Amino acid sequence: MKEVVNTKTVLHVPKWKFTKQKTNFSVENLFILGAGMVVIFIILCALFPKWIAPYSPTFMDTSLILSPPNSAHWFGTDYFGRDVLSLVIYGSSDSLIIGIASVLIGGLIGGIIGSVSGYFGGIIDVVVMRLIEILMTIPGILLALAIAAALGPGLMNIVLAVAVSSIPGYARVMRGQLMSIKKRKYVEASRSIGTPEWRIFLWHLLPNSWSPLLVMATIGLGTSILIGSGLSFLGLGIIKEIPDWGALLSQGRGYLTVGWWISTFPGLAITLFVLSVNIIGDKLRDTFDPKTSRTR
Amino acid sequence: MTLVNKVLLKISTAFVSIIGSSILVFSIIYLLPGDPVLSMIDPSVATPEMVANLRKELGLNQPFYIQFSEYFMNVLQGDFGQSVVNSEPVLPKIVEHFPATLALTITSAVLSVVIGVTFGVLSAIYRNKWIDIIARIIGLFGISMPTFWSGILLILIFSVYLNWLPSIGSDGWKTLVLPSLSLGLVGAGFIIRMVRNSMLDVINEQFIVTLRAKGLSERVVMYRHALRNALIPAITIIGLNIGELLAGTVVIETVFSRQGIGRIVADAIMAKDLPVIQGVVFFSAIVYVVINLLVDLSYSFIDPRVRRAH
Repeated sequence: MKEVVNTKTVLHVPKWKFTKQKTNFSVENLFILGAGMVVIFIILCALFPKWIAPYSPTFMDTSLILSPPNSAHWFGTDYFGRDVLSLVIYGSSDSLIIGIASVLIGGLIGGIIGSVSGYFGGIIDVVVMRLIEILMTIPGILLALAIAAALGPGLMNIVLAVAVSSIPGYARVMRGQLMSIKKRKYVEASRSIGTPEWRIFLWHLLPNSWSPLLVMATIGLGTSILIGSGLSFLGLGIIKEIPDWGALLSQGRGYLTVGWWISTFPGLAITLFVLSVNIIGDKLRDTFDPKTSRTR
Repeated sequence: MTLVNKVLLKISTAFVSIIGSSILVFSIIYLLPGDPVLSMIDPSVATPEMVANLRKELGLNQPFYIQFSEYFMNVLQGDFGQSVVNSEPVLPKIVEHFPATLALTITSAVLSVVIGVTFGVLSAIYRNKWIDIIARIIGLFGISMPTFWSGILLILIFSVYLNWLPSIGSDGWKTLVLPSLSLGLVGAGFIIRMVRNSMLDVINEQFIVTLRAKGLSERVVMYRHALRNALIPAITIIGLNIGELLAGTVVIETVFSRQGIGRIVADAIMAKDLPVIQGVVFFSAIVYVVINLLVDLSYSFIDPRVRRAH
């Protein structure tokens, strides 16, 4: 055994020489810092829109219809004379709720399904995985779309639709984790000293298998926000006075030739948030998964 | 297991998947707590009589298994149901609009593979050089931008301001450029990241060290040996991507007002026409399963390890 380990370590040396970790670190950390700040700022916008937004999102200044971005209205005004910046800030809460809630629900249900399937194995695993595969025959956005259309408009319905479409990914990751971890020596050791099964499951298997799920949930947050805003762009979202980002963008589509800013800024908000979440997700994956961190 | 048996097994698995997805699509529409009838007609103007009639028309007063078996038998005969808005059968409408969607899917898939593989490979070879940074930024933006936004930006730049390309329509190649670019960018984002990672994995393999030690030129090592091995895992993601691109057309066809099957869905959403939504989603699921089957089969021909296993 020792010899194998030794040759491996020797062979790893040239790889480390190529990576130039030192020069790369500062730039990457800068990106991650920026991404973190964007995420925190957008979450603050969603929590305290009243304090951050310069105007009320429902205030219509009829003398300033469709005015381009300027010092008073940074993102311009729309066809009712509403301030687009304030609309984007107020719209953040619904967009974030859709993303975060659907990841929590999808991740929880997918995680439970995956861990049950991976832990018990055998016929339960076969049946559960067939069902998951059936769920995967329909691409995510179409599945979410069909569910949202059947449930009708509403915030909770969009959340559910996006959550269900994300279950298969989480279930498969969690299943794979459990299957590999339940065979580890320490699990066997724990069992041999008479630890009850539920305790092994809760104390050894779960804590050791959730990290890939966390990484996936972070990247999944971006995907969920994209799908959620896509659904409301298509008109499946919540019909409210204050539109979420997808609906706001869709409203601006009719005014592209006279007011590019109405659609551009909500889309920029979605992109910035998803981009930041993805940067953080990449970093988390590199940290938790030594295999990728070695090569990146 | 012989090759023929393996192919047959894969085909039959795909067929089972299609049956499964038909059950799924059917269940979504008919079993979810939301009443499909009430979501189809405005509850404020609906009389109980109207509701009862529509329910009967849709066969919703039957037990689930009868409804499903009827639906399934109809599907086998090519009847995907009919629109509740204008009673048009769904399948002919899908078949009529599918070529436009297929054209968009293929062009954006080609675009995403070309951009994705090129940048992914260069990114891995010139790691941490400027081309790597550009490729990684393209990759990150590709997977982070909503297509409906990148589509609108492209319209703003190339149609509204430069006036080079049409912003709407589905006739001629010119109308294909912007939508396939905006859709292809998403696919390219995934492929760049995938190819870069798998290329970096391969570059770190022992056989690359051996090839270099043999004195082969860097070009031969990279493009003949590393690239070939790196592309094998990438093909799976490319295949999955084609299915995702097909699904993505729903959104992008709305942005560019193209007459494809995605557009049918978008219109059906507005009209609350559930049978049409059901039909298109099921149709897309079939196409998706078939594409994945083809990818799966091609995979086993490309990878010598899988090929030899026969």
